[in-house]
Amino acid sequence: MIAALRERLSGLKSFQRGIHPPHRKKYSEHAPIELFTPTGDLLIPMSQHIGPPCKPTIKPREEIEYGQIIGDIDHPISAPIHATLKGKTAMTVITTLPGPGGKRCDAIPLKPSEEGAVPENFLASFLDRNWDSVEPTKYEPEEIITKIRAGGLVGMGGATFPTYFKLKRNPDRPVDTLLLNGAECEPYLTADHRLMVECPEGIIVGLELARHAAGAERAIIAIEENKPDAIEALKKAAVGHNVEIAVCATKYPMGGERQLIPAVLGRTVPSAPKGLPLDVGVVVVNVSTAHGIARAVVRDQPFTHRVVTVTGLGVKKPGNYLTPIGTKFSELIESAAGGVTSEAIKVLAGGPMMGPTVPNLNVPVIKGVGGITVMIDQETAHWHETPCIRCGRCIDNCPLYLSPTKIAHAIKHREYDLANEFDMQACCECGCCSYICPAQIPLAQYIRAGKNQWRIMQTKQKATT
Amino acid sequence: MSDATNAAKPAALPIKDAGPRGFLVSSPPHLAAGATTQRIMFEVLLAMLPLFGFALYMFRLSAIVLTVATIAGALAAEALGNLMRKRDQSSVYDGSAIVTGAILAFSLPPSLNPYMAFLGGMVGIALGKIVFGGIGNNLFNPAMVGRAFLMICFPAALVSFTPTAPMTAAGVDATTMATPLYAAAKQMDLPSMSALWLGNTGGCLGETSAIAALIGGLYLVIRGVADWRQPLALLLTAGIFAQIAHWIAPDAHPGATFHLTSGAMMFGAFFIATDYVGAPVNPWGRLIFGAGVGLLVMVIRLFGAYPEGFMFAILIMNSLTPVIERVTTPTPFGGKVEA
Repeated sequence: MIAALRERLSGLKSFQRGIHPPHRKKYSEHAPIELFTPTGDLLIPMSQHIGPPCKPTIKPREEIEYGQIIGDIDHPISAPIHATLKGKTAMTVITTLPGPGGKRCDAIPLKPSEEGAVPENFLASFLDRNWDSVEPTKYEPEEIITKIRAGGLVGMGGATFPTYFKLKRNPDRPVDTLLLNGAECEPYLTADHRLMVECPEGIIVGLELARHAAGAERAIIAIEENKPDAIEALKKAAVGHNVEIAVCATKYPMGGERQLIPAVLGRTVPSAPKGLPLDVGVVVVNVSTAHGIARAVVRDQPFTHRVVTVTGLGVKKPGNYLTPIGTKFSELIESAAGGVTSEAIKVLAGGPMMGPTVPNLNVPVIKGVGGITVMIDQETAHWHETPCIRCGRCIDNCPLYLSPTKIAHAIKHREYDLANEFDMQACCECGCCSYICPAQIPLAQYIRAGKNQWRIMQTKQKATT
Repeated sequence: MSDATNAAKPAALPIKDAGPRGFLVSSPPHLAAGATTQRIMFEVLLAMLPLFGFALYMFRLSAIVLTVATIAGALAAEALGNLMRKRDQSSVYDGSAIVTGAILAFSLPPSLNPYMAFLGGMVGIALGKIVFGGIGNNLFNPAMVGRAFLMICFPAALVSFTPTAPMTAAGVDATTMATPLYAAAKQMDLPSMSALWLGNTGGCLGETSAIAALIGGLYLVIRGVADWRQPLALLLTAGIFAQIAHWIAPDAHPGATFHLTSGAMMFGAFFIATDYVGAPVNPWGRLIFGAGVGLLVMVIRLFGAYPEGFMFAILIMNSLTPVIERVTTPTPFGGKVEA
């Protein structure tokens, strides 16, 4: 209650409800981005976006160049996959993805060549701040879209939705505002933060290109107020551009589309699964994706590397590493971050609020992984489920105004229709309810399981009828 | 579901390809606010300290004896219930039975026989909570169930109030003693406003001092333990009702301030009506619940046979909670999910 009052008085942009987890960004927020080039084999999965997985377009044991397309599929919801280093491929294998449920898919192993695996001065060109000569309007919108598709860009905030499809103009559903998401509300993660500090000009150019492609008039960059240096850098870079910087309250889940749009624009996005930001004329793009757009369109550079925050008390040297897609967690953690400490008990692909755990370090970094958090026993929560005492905190803190306890109860008793009556499908799985629950009921886990079960039941039903 | 069980024996992790070293697998989030049921109950007890302190001053030993007796009764019933249901005794330690006992004690007259108080605590937990399935599942506020039981079994003891040492020292007649509400119902002289706020009047153990209840209650609201909705709706409704009655018949009914500061009103608004389990969980439901309690309390006070009606009001509204919840299910932020 006090926190809510303080937030009202602060005048910062915010949404209703939500929680205030510890930030814990100090481990890595001042660590400059470093290039990491693995020497061991990469594993490049064919499924790194929402939609059907790509098919390999190269033969096994083929020498391939950096940036060469190695996987693609002819489907609207897809993005091609590039060789992230120069090297030699091998037979396709099956790998576990660092995602919820340990999904498995085909992956192409890539042995990096000993010399020149990565283009020269790659870090300098990635963080190149000289974009003055670029005139976004000289590109045709279709050209931008084509180049974004060719660059293999997907939403880097974690949802991995193909960016080109999001920005493609649709005459029936015009877009008036482009919202750049630099909230990075997940505790621990600092990848977007560092990129905003170290290459704000690239982000602004990407924003201009995306705005032009989508046909939006307004462009807003939303940042949480706990990143003053990023706000400063972007403000400086945005001079001369028609860009607004929206400073938001530091609150979880500020970076969720359904929270960020009401916070910044005051518009209400219709409930999931059918409602989209597009319904209210908004497209939300992550800042890292915007940077990728600038590189893909202006410099014809494909999406091969991304900044990954390796952090947590379980690693010896937390930092932000520019990592090629397909690098194994084990190599990134061992070689770049100094390895895990003996107390490390949990490894997350992402931050602690929504990041799924990985069972071992044999999984590759994929396009949607913005961080690896290695947690020790003391910094993780320990759950001992006790009966619900109906305190109502999950309801009071749910940013989507759902009743998590009721949904979870219904799912516990396998009453999926009842769970749907309480709008189970609208849940964004942000985890505020689990975080706040004094009875330590893993509410988000129940709801996730329920949604999954419901999906399986629907598919079965369709198959039988 | 809980990764703590996995933590105890990492060797038994059900992972096929854990490699040289397996890590814990659990569902996010991996952070928690650290609130526990036990902690919430502790904060409620902490908020009751000002009231207890005042009860000690007013009623001396009987405050301690009654509180200990009800808590002992509540804990005994909880432990027995766990034994009978073959559950572990963790619910004894979560503090909920202690809170129930304390609330029951605070709503009993100080002259009550401790055996009766012990019985009240036992019955409250046994019939109010255990039979419904323990913590979180009860329909009615256990403390009020215990009090209702005592009210049925020992009606005379529950309404007899004797003046205490601080009051006799202040010159109150030592043979008869009326609570402010009884005085109001019988059209007798009313205590002064300052006495009502401070609590220098007759009444139940923890109900005499409005100011002590307010301090504890505000602490709970600010700490986020109690919702502000029930107390606000309750006090507002009761106040408006009392004031209207006062305007209609100024001689028969004292005004809003009298009713808000007398009897169980302040204590009940912050400590009984905010009880989680018996009240609705939905924000609007809590407002309706509070308003309903406030209305019923005033109806019973002004038109009923009893001078005070908090217990009945709570029990009646408890029974309406499922209905209230059904009609106040919140709409999702982006509107109802389309089928």
